[in-house]
Amino acid sequence: MAWTREQMAQRAAKELQDGFYVNLGIGIPTLVSNYIPDGMTVQLQSENGMLGMGPFPFEGEEDPDLINAGKQTVTELPTTSFFSSSDSFAMVRGGHINLSILGAMQVAQNGDLANWMIPGKMVKGMGGAMDLVAGVKKVVVVMEHVARNKDGSVDAKLLKECTLPLTGTRVVDLVITDLGVFAIDKKGSAGMRLIELADGVSEDEIRAKTEADFTVDLGGGARKAA
Amino acid sequence: MKKVHPDASSALAGLLKDGMTVMAGGFGLCGIPDVLIAAIRESGAKDLTVISNNAGVDGIGLGVLLETRQIRKMISSYVGENKLFAQQYLAGELEIEFNPQGTLAERIRAGGAGIPAFFTKTGYGTAIAEGKETRQFNGENYVMETGLWADLAVIHAWKGDTEGNLVYRKTARNFNPMMATAATATVAQVENLVQPGEIDPDHIITPGIFVKRLIHTPNAAKHIEQRTVRKRAA
Repeated sequence: MAWTREQMAQRAAKELQDGFYVNLGIGIPTLVSNYIPDGMTVQLQSENGMLGMGPFPFEGEEDPDLINAGKQTVTELPTTSFFSSSDSFAMVRGGHINLSILGAMQVAQNGDLANWMIPGKMVKGMGGAMDLVAGVKKVVVVMEHVARNKDGSVDAKLLKECTLPLTGTRVVDLVITDLGVFAIDKKGSAGMRLIELADGVSEDEIRAKTEADFTVDLGGGARKAA
Repeated sequence: MKKVHPDASSALAGLLKDGMTVMAGGFGLCGIPDVLIAAIRESGAKDLTVISNNAGVDGIGLGVLLETRQIRKMISSYVGENKLFAQQYLAGELEIEFNPQGTLAERIRAGGAGIPAFFTKTGYGTAIAEGKETRQFNGENYVMETGLWADLAVIHAWKGDTEGNLVYRKTARNFNPMMATAATATVAQVENLVQPGEIDPDHIITPGIFVKRLIHTPNAAKHIEQRTVRKRAA
């Protein structure tokens, strides 16, 4: 069985460490906040200008002046601070955020990331994604392993090279999909390694659904995927 | 010199012209200077280049200037929430220059601080870097981005004194403080207008030097774009 969205978020939560400042993207990454281990202190950053983001408000307690980067109403915590968007991106660009978890359309084996536009479709903009992947120390992508098209066909999302316009070059450290986990040597030349399989998923299934070259390193020594 | 004006059209009098560049504060619909935007609409000033992180939604915020086709070009990071925007863009009536959000914020901050350009890793190797100077520092690749300056900045603050010292509330701060610094004239709408001395000087975010005029807007509507709530434990 492939991992569910919740299981993917649970796996991503293993990348959290005590004292981390973390930025979570929309979609599955947002769910990671549900799996912060007890006793661990993690402050969530929202790039519009908030650190120490709390959960959604109770009904009737929504505050129009208190939203996250997805424009959703959120709440304060005792640790919360507010600041301008330029201070916010000083945190991002300056390498002060420990971890960014975000979604993707495509990831290449060298760590290139595409997640902001599809040529020919209405382009909404990149928001803070380019700044986050360029500036945050560790970048974790959480995504479905393949893209499902309307006609029922599927396209690989882990590629030798991205075909969509890039969000960043050599920026992704780790990719968590519904089928497994891949580590990427984004600064070096070691490429991509399959380091975990989702329960009941085989290497063969992953190989069939992955265009990128990768080595296999499931706890033992690395070996070349056939 | 009195900075406080009785209403938005008076505060913007003499500051508007066709073809000008306007910065408008806010993130989504949070902390937007909607009363001042409405007055720009009434003025009829057209062919505007508007620098703002987003473009409002249909009928709210900058959306009202799209209805009247007063905006020729947007400089933004994300514009997803507006049907009219998409229509005008696809019809070729509206130009858009996308900036990564942090690059946009820093271009405004730099412009206001008299810094003509800076280097950032953001966007290196992407379409955003095309045609821009790049340079290596300590083995890392950077893209040169230029500072931004506008003829007019319209911003929203929670509290202001008659000298133009401003305080923002929660995430309604966003782009407002940088924009206040980066325009020939900055006009602020404040929810609470107080006398000098009533704001602790240590708490002032935008000093009055950056604010040319202000208006008191105690009843301006606030909008929520994505209302998300959780259930109370039973």
